[in-house]
Amino acid sequence: MLKERFPLFKKHPELVYLDSAATKLKPASVIAAQTEYLEASSTNIARGLYPLAEGTTARVDAVRKAAADFIGSDPEEIIFTSGTTAGLNMAAYMLENFITLEGNVVATDLEHHSNYLPWKELAKRSSAEFRLAASTSTGALDEESFEGVLDEHTELVALTAVSNVSGIINDIPSLVRFIRKRAPHAIIIIDAAQRAAHLPIDVREWDADMIAFSGHKMYGPTGIGILYGKKSLLDTLPPAVFGGGMVSDAYAEETVYREVPARFEAGTPDIAAIFGLGEAFRFLEEIGFEKIREHDLALQAHALSELRKVFGEDIQIIGSGKPEDYAGILSFTFGSLHPHDIAQLLGEKNVAVRAGEHCAAPFHRVKRLAATTRISFGIYNEKSDIDRLVAALKEVTRILS
Amino acid sequence: MSLYQDHILDHYHNPRNYGNLPHATHHAEALNPTCGDSLALDLNIEDGIIKEVGFTGKGCAISLASASLLFEEAKGKETVKMQVLAPEDVLKLTGLALSPVRMKCALLSLETLKKALKSK
Ligand SMILES: Cc1ncc(COP(=O)(O)O)c(C=O)c1O
Repeated sequence: MLKERFPLFKKHPELVYLDSAATKLKPASVIAAQTEYLEASSTNIARGLYPLAEGTTARVDAVRKAAADFIGSDPEEIIFTSGTTAGLNMAAYMLENFITLEGNVVATDLEHHSNYLPWKELAKRSSAEFRLAASTSTGALDEESFEGVLDEHTELVALTAVSNVSGIINDIPSLVRFIRKRAPHAIIIIDAAQRAAHLPIDVREWDADMIAFSGHKMYGPTGIGILYGKKSLLDTLPPAVFGGGMVSDAYAEETVYREVPARFEAGTPDIAAIFGLGEAFRFLEEIGFEKIREHDLALQAHALSELRKVFGEDIQIIGSGKPEDYAGILSFTFGSLHPHDIAQLLGEKNVAVRAGEHCAAPFHRVKRLAATTRISFGIYNEKSDIDRLVAALKEVTRILS
Repeated sequence: MSLYQDHILDHYHNPRNYGNLPHATHHAEALNPTCGDSLALDLNIEDGIIKEVGFTGKGCAISLASASLLFEEAKGKETVKMQVLAPEDVLKLTGLALSPVRMKCALLSLETLKKALKSK
C-alpha cells in the first residue's frame, strides 16, 4: 500500500486529497532526507574542505546525477533552481540576447502564467512581437496551433508538456520537430511541471532546448526545481543571477565565469530540498513510470465513467474525455454552479480539490470559462477516493441547485 | 460549521430585490475577474434616502447571497450611513466566517454599493 508511505495521511486519515497538481504529498523517505541534512550534515557546499562539507557536496552532486538520469541528460545540463517559475524566469534573462527587434516570441493559450508572463515580458523588453498559439477545441496543441504563428523570425517558442488546467498531454517530440521545420532559429522551451511525476521525460527524444520542472510536483520538497539546458546552448549563454560560486576570477576588469552549470547557480541553494529531491527521484524510479501510468489511467477511466454516469448532461468535462489523453488531471464545470462553491463544500466534506483559473487566465478567456473545478491524482489515490468524491459531489450539487 | 447556512442558501436561491430599476438614479457594476463574478446595482435615491434597490449578477453563492443581504439592508437607509460601511459590517450582516480567499466574494457587494452611491 503506497498510501502508507505518506505520513500526512496518518495525521489526516479522513482526507481525500485530489489536489496533487498543486503539490504532491511527500513520502517519508523524502522528509527523512531533508531532516537528515538539517540534523546530520547541515554544512554548505562547494567550499568547505572538512569531511562533513565534502560529504554534503558529494550528495548534491549525486542528486544532480540522479536528475540527469531521470531525464536522460548529462549532469552538466542540470541547473538547480527553486522551482519551475524560477527556472523559466531565469531562462528568460539568460536568453535575452537572442531576442531581436525584428523577432517574435511564441507561447500558447494553454500556458500556466509562469510559462507565459516571463516570455511576454521578455518580448516587451526586447521590443519583439509576442504571439499566442491557439489550442484545439479539446485543449491540446497540434501542428495547426503553431502553423499560423511560426516563421523564420520566430526566436523562441514556449509550450507545456501537460496542461495544468485540462490535464491534456501534448506530443512534445512531434511538436518540436514541426516547430523546428517552421521556425528553424527558435529556442524551444518546455514546461514539464505537470508531466514530471506522471510520464517520462527524455531530453534526447524531445530535442527541446530547455525544460523546467518543480520538485514539489513530483513528491519532492518545495524550494527546489530543475532547469535543463542543452549543453551546446548553455555554453553560449550569460548568467542571469550573479554572486558567489559562479566566477573563477572577479578581480580584473573582466569577470571570468565558471563552467556550466556552476555559472548559473550563484549563491547557496536549498540544500535540504536537494537531499529530499534525490529521494523523490529514487521513489519514482522504484515505482516506475509503467506502473504510474497504469495507475493514472485506471483512476482517470473510473472518474470519467462515474462522473458521466452520475451527472450525465449536468457535467462538462474539459478536454477530449478519453482517459488516455490525460496525465493525472481532470477538470469540469457544472452548468451554472460556481466552482468556488463546489470546492468549498467539498472541502467541508474533507475532499480537497481546486477551483478557479489555476493560474491560466488565457486558457479560460479563450475557452470562455469563468473558472473550473479540477481534480488531480497522485500515486496514493485509490478508486475509493473517486467514489467519495462522487458521493460528496452528489450532495453538493443537491445543496446548490 | 458549513459556510452554506440556510439563510445563505435561501438568499442565493431567492435573491431579494432581483432585477433592474427602470428609472434608477444611481447605477454601478463591479467585477471579480479571477472568479468571473459580476454584480450590477440600481438605486433610487431621494433626499439622501435609498428608496429602492434592484440588482442582477452572476457568481458563487457567497457573492450572490451577500449582495442580496447587503442591498436588502441598504433599502430605506440614509446614503451617508451606507457610505461608511466597512467590510466587518458585511461579515456581521451575512454571518459569514470567511477565509481570505473567499473574502473577496462577499465584499464584491460592498464595492458595488459604494460605487453606486458615488455614481450619478
Ligand atoms: C504547468 C505549470 N507550470 C508551472 C507551474 C509553476 O510551478 P512552481 O509554482 O513550482 O514554480 C505550475 C504550478 O502550478 C504548473 O502547473
